Amino acid sequence: MSDWPLLSLVTFLPLAGALFIALTRGEEEQVAKNARYVALWTSLITFVVSLLIWAGFDPTTADFQFVEKRDWLPDWGIGYHMGVDGISMWFVLLSTLLTPICILSSWEAVQKRVKEYMIAFLVLETLMVGMFCALDILVFYIFFEGVLIPMFLIIGIWGGARRVYAAFKFFLYTLLGSVLMLIAILTMYLQTGTTDIPELMAAGFSTELQTWLWLAFFASFAVKVPMWPVHTWLPDAHVEAPTAGSVILAGVLLKMGGYGFLRFSIPMFPEATEYFAPLVFVLSVVAVIYTSLVALVQQDMKKLIAYSSVAHMGFVTIGMFTLNTQGVEGSIFQMLSHGVVSGALFLCVGVVYDRMHTREIAAYGGLVERMPRYALVFMIFTMASVGLPATSGFVGEFLILMGAFEASTWLAAFAATGLILGAAYMLYLYRRVIFGVMDKEALKQILDLSPREIAIFAPLIILVFWMGIYPSTFLDIMSVSVDHLISNYKVALGDAGVAVAAR
Amino acid sequence: MYAAIVFLPLLGSLIAGFGNRAIGDRPAQLVTCAGMFGALGLSIIAFFDVALGGNPVTVELFTWISSGSMEASWALKFDTLTAVMLIVVTGVSTMVHVYSIGYMSHDASKPRFMAYLSLFTFAMLMLVTADNLVQMFFGWEGVGLASYLLIGFWFHKPSANAAAMKAFIVNRVGDFGFALGIFGTYLLFDTVVLDDIFAAAPEKAGMTLEFLGTEWHALTILCMLLFIGAMGKSAQLGLHTWLPDAMEGPTPVSALIHAATMVTAGVFMVARLSPMMEFSPDTLMVITIVGATTAFFAATVGLCQNDIKRVIAYSTCSQLGYMFFACGVSAYSAAIFHLMTHAFFKALLFLGAGSVIHAMSDEQDMRNMGGIWRHIKLTYIMMWIGSWALVGLPPFSGFFSKDLIIEVAYARHTGVGDYAFWLGVGAAFMTAFYSWRLLIMTFHGAPRASKEVMSHIHESPPVMTVPLIVLATGAVFAGWLGYQYFGGDLREQFWGAAIFVAEGNDTIEGAHHVPTWVKLLPIVVTVAGIGLAYVMYMFVPGLPAKVASTFRPIYLFLLNKWYFDELYDYIFIRPAMKLGRIFWKSGDGAIIDGFGPDGVSLITKLAAVRAGKMQSGYVYHYAFAMMIGVVAIISWYMLMSGK
Repeated sequence: MSDWPLLSLVTFLPLAGALFIALTRGEEEQVAKNARYVALWTSLITFVVSLLIWAGFDPTTADFQFVEKRDWLPDWGIGYHMGVDGISMWFVLLSTLLTPICILSSWEAVQKRVKEYMIAFLVLETLMVGMFCALDILVFYIFFEGVLIPMFLIIGIWGGARRVYAAFKFFLYTLLGSVLMLIAILTMYLQTGTTDIPELMAAGFSTELQTWLWLAFFASFAVKVPMWPVHTWLPDAHVEAPTAGSVILAGVLLKMGGYGFLRFSIPMFPEATEYFAPLVFVLSVVAVIYTSLVALVQQDMKKLIAYSSVAHMGFVTIGMFTLNTQGVEGSIFQMLSHGVVSGALFLCVGVVYDRMHTREIAAYGGLVERMPRYALVFMIFTMASVGLPATSGFVGEFLILMGAFEASTWLAAFAATGLILGAAYMLYLYRRVIFGVMDKEALKQILDLSPREIAIFAPLIILVFWMGIYPSTFLDIMSVSVDHLISNYKVALGDAGVAVAAR
Repeated sequence: MYAAIVFLPLLGSLIAGFGNRAIGDRPAQLVTCAGMFGALGLSIIAFFDVALGGNPVTVELFTWISSGSMEASWALKFDTLTAVMLIVVTGVSTMVHVYSIGYMSHDASKPRFMAYLSLFTFAMLMLVTADNLVQMFFGWEGVGLASYLLIGFWFHKPSANAAAMKAFIVNRVGDFGFALGIFGTYLLFDTVVLDDIFAAAPEKAGMTLEFLGTEWHALTILCMLLFIGAMGKSAQLGLHTWLPDAMEGPTPVSALIHAATMVTAGVFMVARLSPMMEFSPDTLMVITIVGATTAFFAATVGLCQNDIKRVIAYSTCSQLGYMFFACGVSAYSAAIFHLMTHAFFKALLFLGAGSVIHAMSDEQDMRNMGGIWRHIKLTYIMMWIGSWALVGLPPFSGFFSKDLIIEVAYARHTGVGDYAFWLGVGAAFMTAFYSWRLLIMTFHGAPRASKEVMSHIHESPPVMTVPLIVLATGAVFAGWLGYQYFGGDLREQFWGAAIFVAEGNDTIEGAHHVPTWVKLLPIVVTVAGIGLAYVMYMFVPGLPAKVASTFRPIYLFLLNKWYFDELYDYIFIRPAMKLGRIFWKSGDGAIIDGFGPDGVSLITKLAAVRAGKMQSGYVYHYAFAMMIGVVAIISWYMLMSGK
């Protein structure tokens, strides 16, 4: 079994499903139904296959595993190279987990162009998984940028009223960063003659070049995360995107930036990383406080959760640039947790949006009376978002702040205000939507969660508690890779220090 | 077996909570109560084995968070301090569970209520059995969640929702300090396990730690940060504003959470961390000052409140202040002693008040009560016992614990100790006054309620009065039974390693040798306070109004709780909302989007329009443009080649 090209299988299975859907012909009704089922089964099978990666993963080594390496453009030193370590493996699983949930959540919500919608999601899954597995920077780049296209279409075609504005804003922002990143990749290629990521990690660029390359990559990743002040595309994109689009956007696409920092910026440009870390800290702290305050005054549920995403991702960037074990592990954990929790919160918004077709907070109130199950689910994810111990949100935030305290007490103190502000905006949201008297006529007939919706939330609830109560399952697998990342970083800095001293 | 103490309530909570409508009201009540009785029985066994038998144990469950050298397990630590807390928590909680069956009999969501109560008990038990700081934080936030859910139990009431949010968020401010304290402790000790920290504390006593740009005495800054957490949970001055509002919850909740157990978590934490606190004299000083000031402040506010529950709530706040300044003068066992006796008599007072409210058809304003003692004699007697214990008159429990605290403050023989002593005596006077004011206004004089209400007054059913009697037994005898262990000669053997008192800080020993006037003074002022209450509310009923109008500014100041809520609204809440709006509309909208994507697209559009206009069709326009271009290129070339 170990001979199987498992990663390629997981990457391209969804594409095969998409092709299959594309080939179906017939009456629209029938095609839509087929498309739904094929998409669901494809994504479920992909998820099961991806679990084999976890099962076969060896957590005692920091080397890349399940490696596949084939020549692609040998004359140019470019190859098809795939592999995962303890960091990227979790993101692959996160992507394969969220896709079937997204497809299930769109079961009834999407009624027009169902076939194209399902194709877009399956293609998106291929691109996401491929991006996390790629070990060749050109292959990475193709997947990384490719992700934009289906997402752009999902927002632009199945989105809300201002979808075109949002889609273009999303595209403009992310494209700007991509151009700079492409230039950086070309520069690196011209310097080293290879596009192989493990080789590039060992290449060791000059200090000056590192600075420029770091900034170019930063331009791309910071937009994706998104960091303040390049975050304004996110609220618009979320508000206009269909529910499932928001789930993937918050759940996986935002993590591409964080993953990029861990895979490229930190190991390849350690000196620049050290130099720019304070900049990242300042931007992240601003993000935490600024966007939390903005979230406090939102009137649109989705916008509120979108802003809270920016604040939570601010924690992530703080954690990884502390470059100590707790900080980095915390930030990876926080990304996984945020993927589950914010995805679930967007699904929660989707549940009431499907029923009432509005996201205005003021249009709701007293839902607990008719929707007790929904109120419970929403409460669980609210608390996870607030970072209550025993939920996934706590472990990540706690480790990040612990790492931050080691790096700088100022950093920890400022970031920790997010604990207070986060509680304020989430509870304020919950109170206005769920609690109170149900006095609005339109809400009087609203229905509680259907079995399909319960099936969507159940795995996410289990994960939230699993990650909160026994996080070792996840931390143990990433710890060797994280140690490897940190010790390499320290060694690189040590060498640089020696070089400077020798001069 | 001991693990069952903690997990039986959780089990009950899950069954009642998820079974909810499926299993029905009665089974939900039975299963949660059964879980509590089980936990109580095991707690008693644990008390005899661990505390009296001197066999501290730690039950390891499994790893929780492990990252680098940071290791926190789910582990349950049982020593004397925990065993005492177990008795208090499970004892009061069991009584409150039983009482709730009667009190909530008209409510539609009984299983939900019982589930929350049991969930709270689970979290509280996790807190007191924590063997590391992170697990303590779990319990800490867990009780916060339960408190939030229970304060907002009647979710259709806007005031209840607001109070629930306020409680959670103000507590988060305290938790902010607690969390930073944990991080600092880890940085200094490289562990979060309590026993390891305590073992290493003496050698770290001389070290310094950088915090926010300043070099601090390490243990002082850590203890200060941790104490901020304690202040939030235990409603000490500055972070106390949530507690009176928390009275929006059903009365059994006030008794259990906001009087007997959760709010004492801060005191427990300080006592638990005594091996750290003892090496930081500055923190102890701060704790003493904060505690004494709170004791005094809350008592003054309690003088003029009219809501029966709010009077008791401020009284709780004040008594917590006593416990803290006892800790501050290193008399941890005295603080825990008062914590225990207070749990019994304050739960008794709250449940008694609940019985009154129940009898009065949900009336809480004492101005609308009066003249009802004949109708609810048992409740009346219970309230008497509770008040008698609270004011600290012999021979009830409050006498033993509260007098001990006032004496240890005197025995500290420092300026701060004297400050605490005198404020403590002043607060004792006011406590006596407001307690009897409450008794007289509620039970005596002419009835002020409507005929309708008066005709419905009835004594509560046994399911409510039996818990009252049990708690009253505790309120009467706990002080007398416990004195030798908490303040007498058996205390060193009883506490073992659970509490640490540094050399020369043994104020309890000193308390046995204070002058006679120090021992008598609290009793004298208490009797005076009671006397004054009789004069003002029974013999000369017009007097309170006259006093209020004569000293109107002071009266308003106290009635409005020193204007803390208004102040916080003005300096925190409104600016936060305002800033949020500015950041959103001006920051994101005008500046970032304006100069970013929207600006760029606008410029592109304008440029396109301009470029479109340039295509005028006239040849000389194009020729002219070409000329300019050629001139520009040639000049640039010449300039560059000239270099």
